Amino acid sequence: MANGTAHDTMAEPSFYEPKGFMSWLLTTDHKRIGIMYLVTISFFFLVGGVFALLMRYELLTPEADFLSPHTYNVFFTMHGSLMVFFFIVPGVAASLGNFLIPLMIGARDVAFPKLNLGSYWVYLAGTAILFGALLQPADTGWTYYTPYSVQSQTDVVLITLGVFVLGFSSILTGMNFIVTIHKLRCPGMTWSRLPLFIWASYATAILQLLATPVVGITLLLLIAERTLGIGFFDPAKGGDPILFQNFFWFYSHPAVYIMVIPAFGIISEIIPVFAKKPIFGYKAIAYSSFAIAIISFFVWLHHMFVSGISETAAAIFSFLTMLVAIPTAIKVFNWTATMYRGSISLESPMLYALSFLFLFTIGGLTGVYLGALAVDVHLHDTYFVVAHMHYVMIGGTVFGFFGAIHFWYSKWFGRMFNELVAKIAWFFFFVGFNVTFFPQFFMGVQGMPRRYATYPAEFQTYHEISTYGSWILAVGVVIMFVNLIAGLFSKEKAPVNQYGSLSLEFTVPSPPPHENFKDIPTVTDWTYGYGKK
Amino acid sequence: MSTHTQTHGHDEHHEIGPKTLIMVWLALTVLTVVTIYIALYDFGRALNIIGAMTIASIKASIVAYYFMHLKFEDKLTWVYALYPMFLLFLLIATTIMETFTRNPALY
Repeated sequence: MANGTAHDTMAEPSFYEPKGFMSWLLTTDHKRIGIMYLVTISFFFLVGGVFALLMRYELLTPEADFLSPHTYNVFFTMHGSLMVFFFIVPGVAASLGNFLIPLMIGARDVAFPKLNLGSYWVYLAGTAILFGALLQPADTGWTYYTPYSVQSQTDVVLITLGVFVLGFSSILTGMNFIVTIHKLRCPGMTWSRLPLFIWASYATAILQLLATPVVGITLLLLIAERTLGIGFFDPAKGGDPILFQNFFWFYSHPAVYIMVIPAFGIISEIIPVFAKKPIFGYKAIAYSSFAIAIISFFVWLHHMFVSGISETAAAIFSFLTMLVAIPTAIKVFNWTATMYRGSISLESPMLYALSFLFLFTIGGLTGVYLGALAVDVHLHDTYFVVAHMHYVMIGGTVFGFFGAIHFWYSKWFGRMFNELVAKIAWFFFFVGFNVTFFPQFFMGVQGMPRRYATYPAEFQTYHEISTYGSWILAVGVVIMFVNLIAGLFSKEKAPVNQYGSLSLEFTVPSPPPHENFKDIPTVTDWTYGYGKK
Repeated sequence: MSTHTQTHGHDEHHEIGPKTLIMVWLALTVLTVVTIYIALYDFGRALNIIGAMTIASIKASIVAYYFMHLKFEDKLTWVYALYPMFLLFLLIATTIMETFTRNPALY
């Protein structure tokens, strides 16, 4: 084995011991906390998905005959808020990061295990506030734009308070991971040997740490605006509603990369294993994560091209937006080059990784369209944007996330799912996703605006196709969840290294023991030396 | 709870003496009084804001340097402490630039 040596921890009980509800709630084991995040975010993914399905059902016909316009507004607000703040942002970073980072760098836990548990509890507190907000749910959309969010009669304060609290969890997790990666790498795990998932997690943690406070303050200002009527965003009191958008997107554009950079790390781990080739352009992939993290702070105004901002600022930010495509393309080219002349096996994690490459490229390139100033004026707030962001968020992050769940499933749970069923689920998910969202590009170009429960009849065919696609997608998700849950009850134990990975986490038993390594390993070689004879 | 065998970084404990702590506390108190005092005078809206923000920044820096032990930290911690200052500058500068370059015909 290239990375250190396998350690004799087989005799030790797995981290699932001891059992009992309280042992989970009070655990400081990073693996358990990762699983708790996984279960919680999966719940929110399913709830957010149900909101999406109901909205798509409403859009089968041009009239508002299933949901009232207000209910529709509430549903897309809940869908967006749940999926962004409660599923995707904490999703990959917190669940996979928690489980994998210490294992991958040869550590026994994260740097601050109690703080780690505290972060999860803060996350739960945020979700509890969100449930309170469901009594009179907001109808503002997940961006909570002023002035409507100040004027809306719905409970905007509670849902934004939930997101505010949630932000602390994100900040603390990011800080924990940064310290862990700096301080707890095992001997020999130099920066140039770090798994690319760790590089990606580090870049993500920087964004979590530095960008999240801005949205926290922004939402606090919004709450103060609603409750105290201060006037930060009210022109009548000397404020400016565009100030809210500036603050909001200063966080929320980097947040897009909080969501997707960990998925980049996942793809970098999966592709070399299933192509049986060393990763191509290791340093380029590692550094490009940081380039994305840095550039992402310089592009936020592209969300506001039609908000009445100055043309000078818009032109500058249109140019800056193009820059972010460069490090992203570097990654895609390197992943593709990794597969060149590789001995590729199409098991379920690889199917998700390949889908990611295909779909994220579409999402990324359509992002370049939207970054182009003149094009954006035409496409802004149309279904083109909806399709673009879903190709990035689902096609990128969620496909990467599902690929990761399949790839590391044996390590998490010590069992295996049914591979054939996993492939069937992937097929439905992939086809359903494209049938749902690809027609939305055409609708958007033709002028169909987003966030409307009703629409002109000329768009009905596109909407029908999109709705049927959402049903196919849902079938894929259900099959996948059933398969993964059924796998937990399978009698066959998973091997230590299901797919022949050279990464350190595959040297410990499945599932790993409490403190991962009996003795801290020493890494002697690169993580990606696949195919060497 | 994990008991790490890994011990990295500097573990030495730095302590700030009571004399320094009292001086810092006094400085913060004086600056608070100055903040209130200058708010009583009208130097013009811009100067009042700049004055208050400058004093607040000095106070925050003192807290970070002494109470949050930035004084004893390594370069990396300084990078993490100063980079948000750059981001704050970026946010404020861009917002101001955007506001001042708007087409007056539209407003």
